[in-house]
Amino acid sequence: MGTPADEARVMGVDGLDALIRALGERGYEVLGPRVRDGAIVYDGIDGAADLPVGWGDEQAPGHYRLSPRDDDACFGYAVGPHSWKRYLLPPRSKVFEAERGAKVFALRSAEMPRKRFAFVGVRPCELAAINIQDHVFLRDTARDVLYASRREDIALVAVQCTEPSGTCFCASMGTGPAATDGFDVALTELLDGHHRFVASAGSELGRELLAAVGAAEAEQADVDRATTVVDEAAQRMGRSLDTEGLAEALYANLEHPRWSEIAERCLGCGNCTLVCPTCFCTAVIDTNDVTGTGALRERVWDSCFTIGFSYIHGGSIRPSLRARYRQWLTHKLATWRDQFGTDGCVGCGRCITWCPVGIDITVEAAALHEPAPAAGAGR
Amino acid sequence: MTTLATTAAASAAEIDKRLVPVPHRVVAVRRDTADTVTIGLAPLEDAPPPFLPGQVDMLYAFGVGEVPISISSDMLLGSQREYTIRRVGPVTRALTDVTVGDRVGVRGPFGVPWPLEDAEGADILVVGGGIGLAPLRSLILQLLDRRNDFGWVSILYGARAPGDILYRSELEQWRGRLDTDVDVTVDAAGAGWHGNVGVVTRLIPRARFEPGRAMAFVCGPEVMMRYTAESLLQRGVPPERIYLSAERNMLCGIGTCGHCQLGPFLVCRHGPVLSWARIGPYVRVREL
Repeated sequence: MGTPADEARVMGVDGLDALIRALGERGYEVLGPRVRDGAIVYDGIDGAADLPVGWGDEQAPGHYRLSPRDDDACFGYAVGPHSWKRYLLPPRSKVFEAERGAKVFALRSAEMPRKRFAFVGVRPCELAAINIQDHVFLRDTARDVLYASRREDIALVAVQCTEPSGTCFCASMGTGPAATDGFDVALTELLDGHHRFVASAGSELGRELLAAVGAAEAEQADVDRATTVVDEAAQRMGRSLDTEGLAEALYANLEHPRWSEIAERCLGCGNCTLVCPTCFCTAVIDTNDVTGTGALRERVWDSCFTIGFSYIHGGSIRPSLRARYRQWLTHKLATWRDQFGTDGCVGCGRCITWCPVGIDITVEAAALHEPAPAAGAGR
Repeated sequence: MTTLATTAAASAAEIDKRLVPVPHRVVAVRRDTADTVTIGLAPLEDAPPPFLPGQVDMLYAFGVGEVPISISSDMLLGSQREYTIRRVGPVTRALTDVTVGDRVGVRGPFGVPWPLEDAEGADILVVGGGIGLAPLRSLILQLLDRRNDFGWVSILYGARAPGDILYRSELEQWRGRLDTDVDVTVDAAGAGWHGNVGVVTRLIPRARFEPGRAMAFVCGPEVMMRYTAESLLQRGVPPERIYLSAERNMLCGIGTCGHCQLGPFLVCRHGPVLSWARIGPYVRVREL
């Protein structure tokens, strides 16, 4: 992989449009950002005109609004409530079907979808999130066929981040605002003067696509400008999270009084887990048809904020909201590392924006980083 | 586009088997206690991969759901396996209502087994509480089969009441052996019970073992395992030689559904068998 700067190309909006169409012509189902229901969401796109042209977003704890921009930026927003996991790990998918005769039953697994996805407009934090879920679902000892069948042969068109929101903290998580690998094509949108995109290929497919759309060799000035706008974005991050020694502190602070304070604010709604691009927990639902001869198992997104999540015979392991929030946060920032060798957080800020009461993971992690005040003796 | 993703496709068929149950035939049903039944299952198609004592299978009741159940039969019996199931919810009700000839789906085996190989030469303590004796039975059968590989062997078992004692005739048979100590207690007894009364931890001080060369295998309700571990530590058994079978909500069996987390551990993948040295600090935390 790798993207040396000398390979940088440049193209206009028509080039971007051609890129999207070229992906479609190659048999990909092309998905990208669109405006719908007052938010920027991911859905099918046919060309550059489908993108959220001229829209930005305003984000703060518990706050999200689209705002019109005074330019025609195609990617002039941070991230919306959707993440790409809804395609790689669908909210609901079939695991198997079963059929029963007199006293027997036969099982057959769900057919694997074979359509190849092309994601356009993948933020660096989202590339990091996809990589994190790869570590969960594509491990040697436990490859997940449902995920793998969607993940393989995917085309990724990344867009470097130039408009971080008020809840973003990818710079402190080391996942953005610039992506250096893991994509087929990476674009940086430049809005000064002529509206253009500096493009670099990260794979053979990427080089082929850029050649097909006739992207010209970029001038050094454009390459420098592209670096500058992304560097500036890093300076404009709304938040930061200090991960130095954080995992160890969380392990040491499992009985910290802060957990109870958070529980008084937290509604236990699970929004944070649904918008999170790395949260991977799923449940299975077994159902019968009306005749009782057909049965179905589906896998659905689940959330550690539900009481049923930890249920074993006799009740829930984590009946209190304090314990459920603690499970979520310690998983994200501490135990995930032990389980999968990566962090569970990429700093996209979605959990802060979409929390109805505006609980801020960066603030809570900072509070939990400190030992409990006097009363909490013993550490 | 990454190598990780491409290699994943190659073994798609193999994964499928881990997610989709294989139909088995019910070959035996035995009522153990008022709420507990042992069923024997034999594969209808390919024999499942071999298991080791302490491992878990996911049992599927048609259209009702799936539950993790430890394999309690002798591993030397091969593909025909036994599962001891307590009726507590819809799935276990369906699984305990089966009759010979019925079908049950099986996925597995999953998880880390009891470290039997590391136990050679050790004094062995098997401590069970309630239905916790079921995951220990496959271990006990191996211990007794290879009895000369170990030092003292003690089986300590506690049940709520005399009527709840699991595998009673087998316990009596094991107790009849001259090379094995079996001590049983009940929490509460009525007339007609002439054995021990009290919690199982009270059997530990009088059990025969050399703490320095002992190895303990414990399974039961979490609170019972916690107190058992404390008692064993008090008698000088090192924490890394006390093994527990942890219990959490297992759905997938391969460490991807997230439900069975216990601190840093995914119980289905890193456990269920874990040493006290590793899980002790987490089992002590309430609601973790």
